[in-house]
Amino acid sequence: MILVEPKPKDEILAFLQDERAIFIVACGGCPVGAEVGGEQKVLEMKELLESNGKKITGSALIEFLCNKALVGIHIGRHINELNEADCMLVLSCGVGVQAVANTVDKVAYPAFNTLPMRGVAGVWQSTERCNQCGDCLLYLTGGLCPITLCAKSLLNGPCGGTNNGKCEVDKELDCGWYLIYERLKRIGRLDLLKKYVQPKDFQKYIPSPQLRSSSLWALERRAK
Amino acid sequence: MSKLSEKFERGEFAISSEVGPPKGTNIEPVLEEAEKLKERVDAFNVTDQQSSVMRLGSLVTCYLLKQRGLEPILQVTCRDRNRIALQSDLLSAAVLGIENVLCLTGDHTTLGDHPQAKPVFDLDSVQLLKVAKRLMEGYDMMGNELDGKPKFFLGAVVSPGYEPLELQLIKMEKKIEAGAQFFQTQAVYDVSVFERFMERASKFGVPIMLGIVLLKSPAMARYMNENVAGVTVPEELIKELASVSKEDRPKKSIEIAGRLIRQMKHMCHGVHIMPLGWDKYVPAVLDEAEL
Repeated sequence: MILVEPKPKDEILAFLQDERAIFIVACGGCPVGAEVGGEQKVLEMKELLESNGKKITGSALIEFLCNKALVGIHIGRHINELNEADCMLVLSCGVGVQAVANTVDKVAYPAFNTLPMRGVAGVWQSTERCNQCGDCLLYLTGGLCPITLCAKSLLNGPCGGTNNGKCEVDKELDCGWYLIYERLKRIGRLDLLKKYVQPKDFQKYIPSPQLRSSSLWALERRAK
Repeated sequence: MSKLSEKFERGEFAISSEVGPPKGTNIEPVLEEAEKLKERVDAFNVTDQQSSVMRLGSLVTCYLLKQRGLEPILQVTCRDRNRIALQSDLLSAAVLGIENVLCLTGDHTTLGDHPQAKPVFDLDSVQLLKVAKRLMEGYDMMGNELDGKPKFFLGAVVSPGYEPLELQLIKMEKKIEAGAQFFQTQAVYDVSVFERFMERASKFGVPIMLGIVLLKSPAMARYMNENVAGVTVPEELIKELASVSKEDRPKKSIEIAGRLIRQMKHMCHGVHIMPLGWDKYVPAVLDEAEL
């Protein structure tokens, strides 16, 4: 299981400042286990956003967002609500945010930070990779993670080594920032590339004492 | 004050060349080569473990150049040092009187002669510029007050031949906002490419130095076309270089570089020549460029 924690309300409201209509996508897997997801949490998020002047065009609680096929099938039932929305708010780990962003051409804002489990992976993920950095910025990058897609984990755009959309480390590898550029261009949000991103806080890569003392941690990390 | 920034302030055309520290301790020949260019070149970039190949350090080489009355440009990459070491080295540079700092991301470790090394990239080039600017204001990046402020003239790089250019320009703008005061470009061999770039980049209002790598052979030009990001040597130039005998290549190379600079100098604020060992031909290139 992947552990997530809700981002502070202030951070969510700050990054949604210029968004008006929002569609909520929630994962019914790990976040429910961690007691930060599920129907009740979706309702609470809806209320929070509505009380801050946002319009919620609809919501979808999908069993496992880490599975793109599942996301595609379920989200198809909400096309009208999604069309009405300016963006999506995704209640899931980083893999789920990436899967949703890959399915719908709108900015996917992460409502959670994915906590470091020292290397544990998701269950159903395909090409999406989350490094559990504890400070999710996928809304700035079109739902493509520069930490895992860029060989240097750069945060403010590509390095000078990228050539024809490929990485300097290996010509077979895509340049993550080129993919991000293409995605943002497609959804008409190249403005997001202009935002300065602070250096990472590497303390967030260390599992906190609270997390390590939780029963979830104990269950997940228990040695046989 | 940085002689390079003074030059820009006076609206004069600036000329820089490049010094590659040796692999080992034999620094004297490198310094002597640079000294010979003293009257023609305003400043010397000193590369920082260029191409991820372990060498003598950039900082100490800059200091030795300075001692001989030459103006160094310290290249700093994010590949080998974390934010603590980078800030510390910037302070060290300031204490040694080195003001020009060129902030780069750096090639990946796997491209060099220690491919097994751990790549650092704790900061990226934009963040490094911002951190350097903060140091100049008297604070480290955590907001702790410094006892004595450094003074820098901050530079960055940009690649005019990069596709998509828009992505390159977005990053260039970010670098300026973060603190970049001048730019050196990746090597350009196509006047129309540089023209297209300058049409959009000149509005930023920062000095831009055209980059030129001296073409040593047709094979080298082809290698760059295939392997160096954002660099395209047009086929006509390769043919031109191939049309002469091996002995006449330096002459041809000088002619090509000089001509390119002459054709593009009116569009920009300076030229950065990367001689890659052909330092002795730099004066001839400048003559040919009418500089």
